[in-house]
Amino acid sequence: MASLDFKTPVIREQEDAMVVAHNTRIGLVLFAIYVVFYGGFMALSAFWPEVMRKPFAGGANLAVVYGFALIAAALVLALVYMRLCRKSK
Amino acid sequence: MIHATSWIAVLVFLFFAGSVIGISFYLGARAKSASGYFAAGGGIHWFVNGIAFAGDYLSAASFLGICGMIAFFGYDGFLYSIGYLAGWIVALFIIAEPLKRLGRFTFADALDNKFNSRGIKLAAAISTLVVSCFYLIPQMVGAGALVQPLLGFPHYVGVIVVGLIVTTIVATAGMVSTTWVQFIKGSLLVALCAAITVMLMFRGVTTKPTDANGKEVQILRHGVPAATVTDAAGSTVLSEEGPWQGKPYVRVQDAAGVVTVWRKEGALLSEAQTLTVLLDGRKLANGRPRGKGVGEADLLPVGYASKLPGGVEKTGPLNPVSFITTMQDSEVILWGSDKVAEADGSMTTVYYQKPTPGSDFMAPGSSPTFKKVRSEKFFDKLDFLSLMLALFCGTASLPHILIRYYTVKDQLSARKSTVVGIAAIGFFYVLTLFLGLGAMTSGALDVTDSNMSAPLLARSLNELLFAVLSAVAFTTVLGTVSGLIMAASGAVAHDLMTNFLKIKMDDFQKVRSAKIAALCVGALAICLGIMFQKMNVNFLVGWAFNIAASANLPALVMLLFWKRTTKQGITAAITVGMIASLGWILLSAQAYKDVYGLDPANAIVPFSQPAIVTIPLGFLVLVVVSLLTPRPEAKPACVAG
Repeated sequence: MASLDFKTPVIREQEDAMVVAHNTRIGLVLFAIYVVFYGGFMALSAFWPEVMRKPFAGGANLAVVYGFALIAAALVLALVYMRLCRKSK
Repeated sequence: MIHATSWIAVLVFLFFAGSVIGISFYLGARAKSASGYFAAGGGIHWFVNGIAFAGDYLSAASFLGICGMIAFFGYDGFLYSIGYLAGWIVALFIIAEPLKRLGRFTFADALDNKFNSRGIKLAAAISTLVVSCFYLIPQMVGAGALVQPLLGFPHYVGVIVVGLIVTTIVATAGMVSTTWVQFIKGSLLVALCAAITVMLMFRGVTTKPTDANGKEVQILRHGVPAATVTDAAGSTVLSEEGPWQGKPYVRVQDAAGVVTVWRKEGALLSEAQTLTVLLDGRKLANGRPRGKGVGEADLLPVGYASKLPGGVEKTGPLNPVSFITTMQDSEVILWGSDKVAEADGSMTTVYYQKPTPGSDFMAPGSSPTFKKVRSEKFFDKLDFLSLMLALFCGTASLPHILIRYYTVKDQLSARKSTVVGIAAIGFFYVLTLFLGLGAMTSGALDVTDSNMSAPLLARSLNELLFAVLSAVAFTTVLGTVSGLIMAASGAVAHDLMTNFLKIKMDDFQKVRSAKIAALCVGALAICLGIMFQKMNVNFLVGWAFNIAASANLPALVMLLFWKRTTKQGITAAITVGMIASLGWILLSAQAYKDVYGLDPANAIVPFSQPAIVTIPLGFLVLVVVSLLTPRPEAKPACVAG
């Protein structure tokens, strides 16, 4: 770990354009996946709130399960992103 | 409720505050350069930065406001948790990498990297200041809300104490000390909330809650035949006259002259609680002078299940899933309130019982904020959709979050720290649902103050836990406020003074002006915190997200993904987005009710959350102005789209 006062000199990173393009594309795809998932939650809550009351997994209703799934999905997608991103040489 | 001073809490808080101030002074001597002050030299370890993200982001509003909203209304508070976390997806996938690549100290750096325009610098700096100030208000209000039960001091004392400590932290060592405060706070908060949740699971749910000493909490009577109350010996039923006429209440005066209020439910009555503020400022609680002495009374703590699945009185230990299903299948006494203006100028607030089935409060639309999602009209649903959009888009536009990306050395560290941040923050938000529902049935809630729900839940478990949690909550305010003041001081010293006004300053002078700016913003935060005392902290944070998303997101996104974007387009989008969202908020029903004290029905704009209109407006303005202004010079674009 860096020292407490962070005095270790840091050299600015040089990035490869190809790597930047690759990482941006991965980010956009994963972002689109999450937007669809989040949009589904917003639409169900706003237009079909009675569906959200229905028992879903383990007796918990859809509202609770979908909410937890959105939080878990954020972490899973973040880990996938980290795995797929390339690092500049 | 009147809360007794907890000296253990004071000692724990003084220990925390003393430690962070000590670290700040120790590090202050070493953070002399501008890079050291604004970005901690870019050398923070990714794990420390990730937890500091959590410390920065999990504000008083997240902690106190969400738990309070869930405890009072159920699932609706959890919608904020979901939205706040989802926003990190925009931050990680869209904003983080280009921002880190393009900027140096502030978010205006990144926006202006391609153009070197004074207009962009000015607009971005003002937007940073406006968003930071709006975000500061709920943090300071939260500090005031906490100090009352902790020390018995008035609200403004809490605000001033936090303001002074934070300003000291920021002015001594800038981003270095801010990072450590946020790291300490983030780890403490998440660990403590996890511990409380485990204790809650072991306790289970009961219809007869006890306090930390095992004493049964007094349950207010519900569904009593009217005759038992009205025909009791020595009681007189007061006539329904003046402001009480037509209201669903029965007022009964006992032999000692004390008036109690009951709410009618058909032929049955339920005991209500009243808080009357007399013209001379004195207060009556449940008909008696408010206090803890002889002949005085205070509002009773509330929050209990009235029916549990299978008709049992106590569930025993539960696991997370069975805790949720138990709450869904129970009936809980929630509380509504009603104001009655008496003819003599005094004002009585009636708090009445609302037995609510879990199937109702465990689904969206059970709170006043989101009740319109259950309406049949499409227009009514826009408020909810707009807020969820603002939360989603707002995180990645908050200047105090964005500047954290400059404190790590490279892109890989930025990504890793975001993942650590998402894990810590996501885990915390999962806990909020359990904490809120636990508080709902803890028998410890203060019916007048939803923001106190989480600390009071801790008090129902253990007095020492309450002390530690209150102290951590106070430290929570310190962590977020220091990040905000840091962002604002960077906007003033780096964006406005150095880049916009072109004042020539060496490194030392620049750091000094940032410190002076931090002092000024700290003073402003104290004033705002005192002015907005009565507002629900979570709602105010929602507004800050609206303004941040409307002003900053269109500019950030279009700069990265549309090569035709011009400097005039960016300046116009920030300015229009900021003014439109701010104006909309100030003209909304919520502002009419809570800020001006006017009738919300007269509000000019149709719903309170502007994002659904003002974010698209920001994009539209950017596109139109960019197309009307000359194409930017063919300099290599910063990001391949």
